[in-house]
Amino acid sequence: MTKPKKILLLGSGGLRIGQAGEFDYSGSQAIKAFKEEGIKVVLMNPNIATVQTDLPRLDSSGKAGEGFADRVYFLPLTEEFAAQVIEKEKPDAIALSFGGQTALNLGLALEANGVLKKNNVRVLGTPVSVIRDTEDRELFVQKLKEINVKTARSIATSNEKEALAAAKEIGFPIMVRAGFALGGEGSGLVRDEKELKERIKGVFRSVSQLLIEEYLAGWKEVEYEVVRDAADNCITVCNMENVDPMGVHTGESIVVAPSQTLSNVEYHGLREVAIKTIRHLGIVGECNIQYALNPHPETGELDYRVIEVNARLSRSSALASKATGYPLAAVAAKLILGYTLPELRNSITKKTTACFEPALDYLVLKMPRWDLNKFDNAANRIGSEMKSVGEVMAIGRSFEEVLQKALRMINIGADGFTAHRSGNFKIKDYKDHIQNPTTQRIFAIAEAFRDGITVEEIHEWSGIDVWFLEKMRNIMETENRLTTRSDFDPSIVRKAKKDGFSDAQIATITKKKELEIRDIRKKAGIIPAIKQIDTLAGEFPAETNYLYLTYHGSENDVQPGSSQIAVLGSGPYAIGTSVEFDWSCVQVLKTLRAKGLGTIMINSNPETVSTDYDISDRLYFDELTLERVLDIVEFENPQGIVVSTGGQIANNLALKLLNSGVKVMGTDPKDIDKAESRHEFSKLLDELGVDQPEWTEITTWAAAKKSAAKMGYPVLVRPSYVLSGAAMRIAHDEESLEKFLKKAADVSSDHPVVISKFVENAREIEIDGVCKGGELVIYAISEHVENAGTHSGDATVVLPPQRTYLETIRRAKDITKKIAKSLNITGPFNIQFLAKDNRIQVIECNVRASRSFPFVSKVTGYNFIELATRAMLGDDVSGHYRTVDLDYVAVKSPQFSFSRIKGADPVRSVEMASTGEVAVFGDSYSEALVKSMMAADFKLPQKAVLVSLGKEENKIKLLESIKQLEDMKFKIYATENTADFLMVNGVECEKVFKISTEKSPNVSELLTEGTVDLIINIPTKGGGAENSDGFTIRRQAIDLRVPLITNRQLAEGFIHALSEIQGSGLEAKAWDEYRQ
Amino acid sequence: MRLIFQDNTTFEGESFGADVNVAGEVVFATGMTGYVEAFTDPSFAGQIVVLTYPLIGNYGVPDKSTWESEKMQIAGLVVSEYSSHYSHHDALSSLSEWCKASGVSAIQGVDTRAITKMLREKGSTLGQLIHSGEAGVFSDPNTENLVAKVSPKEVKTYGNGPIRIIFVDCGAKENIVRSLVRPETTIVRVPWDYDYSKEEYHALMLSNGPGDPQKCGPAVEQIKKAMAAGKPILGVCLGNQLLSLAAGATTYKLPYGHRGQNVPCTDVETGRCYITSQNHGFAVDEATLPSDWKPWFKNANDGSNEGIKHASKPWRSVQFHPEASPGPTDTSWIFDQFLNDLIANKI
Repeated sequence: MTKPKKILLLGSGGLRIGQAGEFDYSGSQAIKAFKEEGIKVVLMNPNIATVQTDLPRLDSSGKAGEGFADRVYFLPLTEEFAAQVIEKEKPDAIALSFGGQTALNLGLALEANGVLKKNNVRVLGTPVSVIRDTEDRELFVQKLKEINVKTARSIATSNEKEALAAAKEIGFPIMVRAGFALGGEGSGLVRDEKELKERIKGVFRSVSQLLIEEYLAGWKEVEYEVVRDAADNCITVCNMENVDPMGVHTGESIVVAPSQTLSNVEYHGLREVAIKTIRHLGIVGECNIQYALNPHPETGELDYRVIEVNARLSRSSALASKATGYPLAAVAAKLILGYTLPELRNSITKKTTACFEPALDYLVLKMPRWDLNKFDNAANRIGSEMKSVGEVMAIGRSFEEVLQKALRMINIGADGFTAHRSGNFKIKDYKDHIQNPTTQRIFAIAEAFRDGITVEEIHEWSGIDVWFLEKMRNIMETENRLTTRSDFDPSIVRKAKKDGFSDAQIATITKKKELEIRDIRKKAGIIPAIKQIDTLAGEFPAETNYLYLTYHGSENDVQPGSSQIAVLGSGPYAIGTSVEFDWSCVQVLKTLRAKGLGTIMINSNPETVSTDYDISDRLYFDELTLERVLDIVEFENPQGIVVSTGGQIANNLALKLLNSGVKVMGTDPKDIDKAESRHEFSKLLDELGVDQPEWTEITTWAAAKKSAAKMGYPVLVRPSYVLSGAAMRIAHDEESLEKFLKKAADVSSDHPVVISKFVENAREIEIDGVCKGGELVIYAISEHVENAGTHSGDATVVLPPQRTYLETIRRAKDITKKIAKSLNITGPFNIQFLAKDNRIQVIECNVRASRSFPFVSKVTGYNFIELATRAMLGDDVSGHYRTVDLDYVAVKSPQFSFSRIKGADPVRSVEMASTGEVAVFGDSYSEALVKSMMAADFKLPQKAVLVSLGKEENKIKLLESIKQLEDMKFKIYATENTADFLMVNGVECEKVFKISTEKSPNVSELLTEGTVDLIINIPTKGGGAENSDGFTIRRQAIDLRVPLITNRQLAEGFIHALSEIQGSGLEAKAWDEYRQ
Repeated sequence: MRLIFQDNTTFEGESFGADVNVAGEVVFATGMTGYVEAFTDPSFAGQIVVLTYPLIGNYGVPDKSTWESEKMQIAGLVVSEYSSHYSHHDALSSLSEWCKASGVSAIQGVDTRAITKMLREKGSTLGQLIHSGEAGVFSDPNTENLVAKVSPKEVKTYGNGPIRIIFVDCGAKENIVRSLVRPETTIVRVPWDYDYSKEEYHALMLSNGPGDPQKCGPAVEQIKKAMAAGKPILGVCLGNQLLSLAAGATTYKLPYGHRGQNVPCTDVETGRCYITSQNHGFAVDEATLPSDWKPWFKNANDGSNEGIKHASKPWRSVQFHPEASPGPTDTSWIFDQFLNDLIANKI
């Protein structure tokens, strides 16, 4: 096979449920692997916060960095844009397997519409026909039947009638799954015909194929990661077993690697089937194969079903790669260029060939991170559809150890499996949570044990293998042993540490302080051992820098390093913590390296680039807790530790680390804390004479009522302790204030509530910047399209600002300088402002890198994190940085995953709901805005728009925009009041009745029949509020995949932009072309 | 209880096996599953085995149908954590019960990675598992003929097909027999030093076995006779080394023995790489092979020899375990090829 000269690599776009940061890892590795071969790489990915979209920067000697793409297109991953890029760039090959399901689907479409053939673009690796064999259920089953490999009984259907017939044939209960879907979207258990009818309503408009399958509840779920080269060498790198049996999606399951309850016959039996299947299919590169395994086969023989094969890098391949230390993505990239496995060396160990199956002498446990309680009404049941937004991986040498580590790593306030400082995670109706899995199931199991329920009963309820349950029970038993001993018997403490108990847990159980326990156990010589991950279980020496800590060890594998700086990572992806922080951490590591300093990375998230083997000198894949960071720091004794690029988890450790004598780089943690504390920061603003929205802290319901009335509604309510999880709300009147406080929060002197004035119709602007010694070095100012009331993480952000007065910019900058000076900031920071008329107020200040650092860095062309890192090291970073007057416009849009979160109201509000973001460039604001929205999966309307506007003000302010739609020849439908208003004002439109009226023509009909391709629904109350009709429209729009706009400013901006680009079109320009 | 080495290095842990003190060579194995198969493998006879995978006993112990011999062969067992609760549909007892019933001493709660690193550096290391009292004499099993100890004393016959295969059992794994028994074959399982030159047979199969191949002189002499008679030969593991010695090559002790289920071996002719199961400390010195012999497989990690083949005669052997159990089944075709060739009368 001849090596290609130029490869187009497709990325995965914004992070969403089912497709997170793991594809930044795989894409980045692929680029490095291609560049090593001297191949030009063109990357198409609108996710600006990724490492893969970085372009080379010059080191101190002026040499360009290596391993970067030659060209980057921040563009929507659609057929039209991809075709434009292909015609312009003329690549001779395309790589589809590094950008998740998004890239794979786009690749299939480009093949089907002839673009690839027409432009002589060859698909690297697995041929398209083979991809189709794996994606199309019928072809897949047929293929596997040819080699007598068993699949779940499954019937592919393409309409409702077929689906119902198929269900009858297989017999209820059944599993329903959508073909060509990522993360099991649209799938689930269906018990009877009625439920089936409900579920498939409208589904066939967005999916072409629905699978009706045999239900294998209670079977074990096992997965193998398989690698094959074009010469037919084939290996399995890793297997994994789900703790939650079949019925819970792998992305929702607790997963261990390697498998724990499989015998040799099962392990190697399934391995053999995996290799046979992948060879028969003809996959080249990396893939995974998922099985259901019968735990009680009648004949005693191996009884399995192949569930599916993913012919691409996936979430589990990222996990497998981090779990084993085998560089799957890098190897896969070389294989699709034609290399064979035996030809490649394992670049981690340097001692082994890539044709090698890692042997683990530890185990890992993956735990999903959910954020469902950010959404009102969202069900916390988990099942065959993925809802989790992130994950962590714990490494250790016992199941108890990894389970408890992982439960701390997911950062939801749990201290482990039991003994939580907060006293939370007590699940009263535990049986229900165990029987009908929810996000709380693991804590419900702990509660059940506490209540004396036996392993057998829990097994009966959950189907979880008793092996796992016995291990969980061990944890409870150790807790009991600690409880009954008032003295410190070192052997019991040692046992507790081996079972994964943190110092904080032991302190909670023994009613002592965390640091006291640390002291006591260190004096007793109970300290963790540092072990290496070497892929070969110590069989012979290998060079690796990949480390973890365990209490099941008496000897360290490494010696402390020298001249090192440690960086704290972001932990799991969650709403509010996305790939942006990982990007920032990677920039710090690269900057430190370029300066010749040793680097230590600490992180727990396997879906990251920062945890790649070639990014840091030492990688500690471990907890981001005070205890663990101190363990590492005490061993390594680094020169300093960077806390300002890992987001909130790292930031929150700053002061504690300082108090434990650790040198924190950059801003003094006491000053960081000053910005974090509402009282102190408010006092500081007052001293500086800087305006801020009026606020007050109250501890009783009566006081809340009184303060809100005094300020005047609407008010912003932020409880310090939350029962249901929803942390922030806008209350429009006394009634909604009462309702929210009663439902969501415990109001008391221990748990005060902050009430602040909500300024309506104010704009939001943000400054991201870097300071040194309190002096502003560089800053970027961006504005939100949406007015205040939309969380900054959910807002559409524009850089440079388009509507902000120069005077406002000047004043924001002045305020910024004052705050920076008084907090004596060194390093990154972000300040958010409210601007209304000529008044400017400060909402908050974060003395750390914010979500928007990659965006502002890439848009302005200055790497803010590099500057921040150098500032922290004491370098001279002063200079003239041009960040306001740019020749192009960039727009960043949020990426939502509402389709995954059934029942959630898809409005933009003060509580963040987006899971990721994208950004694009344009020659005009209009072009950038439209492209940016498209990059976040917004489909441009072609024919008809449904308008439903709550509140008079919204109707009046959007009238001009609706007229523009009319001018663009869109057919306009409107709900009752809106229609009346529009008609009176001379807009021709068709009136439709609200869903609740059940009158025809009805909104529901419009949606299910696919009549409209855009819905503009502006809720009555800004910032989102309950409105049953409005909610139904919005929810249906999401469920039926009709594009939806719920914010007035965005609607205005979009319609204006659409009319402006009508003549000029949307251009596929590369990033460097804008910067010329 | 404690694990103590000849240099007095000691690891304290807890017992979960028989209450006996044992001495033996300490070796490690890196497979993540397959402890039942490994412990019944006669190649481990008399050894104290350290398992690098930290959680052992998870799926209990099934009936003898998956065992590699009639009994537990190891003398002692060292693990990081023993799972006192096991869970599997075919389990009949726990690993602890099995160890106790078999008189095998077992220790848990020690740093098996630290021990493994020590073993790999020191090579053959003697150790003892001590419950009480002082350590006894460190006996080196390699000074005795281990093969003679584990090889059967009687001849045993399986099947009644037309093709008679003499199976020289130097401490064979049962799965080799299972792999050879077909409607077309009769397997005559003989002791390691058995003189089969007078027997009527079509082919010769050489098994795996423990220890140093140079101690198996009588077996090598028999193989030379079979070669003189032009009989087809297939060897596995120790069988590879014995065939090499019979061909005139020499063997040596590897710096790092191969003790995993993940060892990549490349077929020198086709370039195809297979993942194999291995358990050996000695290897064939390829440079000493006579010119009419050629290497068949090479270790893809350290380049050591993993199999030999005669240029024209039907003689071949592999250093790894194509019968797997425990381990990957990638190379089971080697038996198929050998038997198919015999059946088709090609050799």
